[in-house]
Amino acid sequence: MTPQQQIIDDEAKRDIRNRWLLSAPALVIVLLAATGPLLVVLVYSFLTAGPYGDVIWKGSTDGWVSVLLQRDIFDDTLSFADAHLSIFLRSLRLSVLTTILALVLGFPTAYFIATRPQRTRELWVFLITIPFWTNLLIRTFAMLEILRNQGLVNTLLIQLGVISSPIQMLFTDGAILAGMVYVYLPLMVLPLYASMEKLDFRLVEAGYDLYATPFQVLRKIIIPLVKPGMIAGSILVFIPSLGAYVTPSVLGGGKNMMLGNLIELQFGQGRNWPLGSAISITLMLIVMVALLFYVRNAGSGERSHG
Amino acid sequence: MARSFDVRRQAGFTTIAMIAFFMLYLPIVVLVVFAFNAGENFSQWDGLSLRWFEKAINNVEVIDASIRSLQIAVIAALIATVAATLAAIATTRTTGYRGLTAKYAFINLPLMVPEIVTAVALLIFFSRVKIWTGYSGIGYLIAAHTAFCIPFAYLPVRARLENMDMTLEKAAADLYATPFKAFRFVTLPLLWPGIIAGFMLAFVISLDDVVITEFVKSGGQDTLPTYMLGQIRRATTPEVNAISTVFLLLSIAAVTIFFFINRKRA
Repeated sequence: MTPQQQIIDDEAKRDIRNRWLLSAPALVIVLLAATGPLLVVLVYSFLTAGPYGDVIWKGSTDGWVSVLLQRDIFDDTLSFADAHLSIFLRSLRLSVLTTILALVLGFPTAYFIATRPQRTRELWVFLITIPFWTNLLIRTFAMLEILRNQGLVNTLLIQLGVISSPIQMLFTDGAILAGMVYVYLPLMVLPLYASMEKLDFRLVEAGYDLYATPFQVLRKIIIPLVKPGMIAGSILVFIPSLGAYVTPSVLGGGKNMMLGNLIELQFGQGRNWPLGSAISITLMLIVMVALLFYVRNAGSGERSHG
Repeated sequence: MARSFDVRRQAGFTTIAMIAFFMLYLPIVVLVVFAFNAGENFSQWDGLSLRWFEKAINNVEVIDASIRSLQIAVIAALIATVAATLAAIATTRTTGYRGLTAKYAFINLPLMVPEIVTAVALLIFFSRVKIWTGYSGIGYLIAAHTAFCIPFAYLPVRARLENMDMTLEKAAADLYATPFKAFRFVTLPLLWPGIIAGFMLAFVISLDDVVITEFVKSGGQDTLPTYMLGQIRRATTPEVNAISTVFLLLSIAAVTIFFFINRKRA
C-alpha cells in the first residue's frame, strides 16, 4: 500500500468513526427508551403471571397459549375464550372499514386539492394539515360531543322531528369507526395528494381523445398512476387504527374493546402481563407484515413509473 | 354554446371533498363554540360566557398538568433535536458505510411500532428500573418522550442536509477554515430552518402524546392530555372544552410557524 493510499484509508476510517460518535446519542436514547424494551416484552411473554401483576421468573407458554388458543387462564372454558378472538376480529374489521371509508372520502378530497390552481392549493393543504397536527385526544373528544345523546346530531334529529328520543350512538362500534375515520382521514389525504400532485393530466386528456368516459379515465388512468399514494395512505391509516387505544376507549366505552384496550386490560385489572406481552408482540407482527407488504408494493410502483 | 369540457372534472368529487372538509372541521368548531357557553349543556346555547376558562385557570390540577406538559415537551424536544441533528449529519452526504442503512432504520423504528406496544414495553422496563434505582421522578417521561421525538426531529434536518450545497463547505475548507469553523459558520446557518422545523415537530408530538405518557407516568405525574383523558372518561363539563380550545390555539400556532418555515425553503 502506498503512503497516499494509507492516508486516504485512515481518513476514511476516521470519518466513519466520527459518524458513529455523532449518531451515538440518538441511537442510545432510542435503544434505551423505545426499541430495547420491546425485547423485554418478548421475554415477559414467556414468563408466568404474578398474582398481583408483574411476573414470576419462571418460564411458561401460558401467555401465548391464551392468545393463540383463546383459552381463558382462570377456568379454561371456551365461552370466555371467544372474547379474545372477537376483539381481534373487531379490531381487524374496524381497521379495514376505517381504511376503506378514509379512502372513499380521502381520494376525492386529495383529487379536489390537486386540481385546484397553484395559489389556492396551498390553502387547502394547510386546511388538511391543521387537523393532522391537532391533538388526537381533543379530536376524539370533539367527536364524543357530537355523538353523545345530548349532542349535536341527536338534538338536530329530534328538532327536525326525525326521531323522538335520542339514538344511542356513543359506546358502539359505529362510534369507534366514525371516530377513527375522523381522526385518521388526514393521514390518507396527505400521501394521496402527494402522488396526485405529480399526475400528468395530458394522459387524462389522451384518454378522453380516445373516447374514454370519465369513469374509465378514473379507473384505467388516474387510479393506476396514484396507486403508490393509495397504498401509502391505506397503510398509514390501517396501522394506527389497528393499535388504536384512545379512540376506542373514549368512544367505545368499556365494552367495545379493541386490541389496544385488551392489552391495557392485561396490564391493569387483568393482571396478566405475559398475556398482555404476547398480544403486544402479535400486534407488532401484524403491523410488520402490513409494512412489508407496503415496502414491496411501493417499490414496484416506483419502478413502473421510472 | 356547449359547456366547456374540463378533463380534470370527476362527477361528485368536489361534493365529497366538501363533505370531508365539513366533517373535519364541524366537531372542532362545535367544541370551541361550546367552550364559550354559559350553561353546562353541549347542544343548547345559553349565552356567551368565559366562566369555563376561568374555572380551568383556577383549577390547580390543570395548571400543574400544563406546566408539566410544557416542561417535558421543551426538554424532550431540545434533547431530541440535538441528538437527531448530530445523527442526521452522521447519516447524510456520504458514499455509504457499513451499518448506515441499519442506523437509518433503527432511528426510524419508533415510528413503525404501534404506540400501545411501546407504551407497555416502557411500563415493564421502567417499573424494573424504578425498583432498582428507587428513582420515580419525571425523568422517565422525559426519556420516553425524547426517544419517540427523535425520528420526528430527524426527518426535516436530514431532508435539509440532503438538499444542501456541499461546495460551500468545500469552499470554506479551501479558505483554511477548520472543520469546526466550517460547521459553525457555513453548515449550521444553512441547516437552521431544518433544525427549527424538527424542534417544532418534536415539541408538538411530545405535547400531544397520550398513550405512552399514560403508561409511563407515576402517580401525580399527569400531563395535560392524560389529565384530560381522565376527565373525559368521567362526566365532562365544558371546562374540558375550554382547556381544549387553548390547546388547539397552541397547536395551530405551532403548525402555522412550521408551515411558513417550510414554505420559505421551497
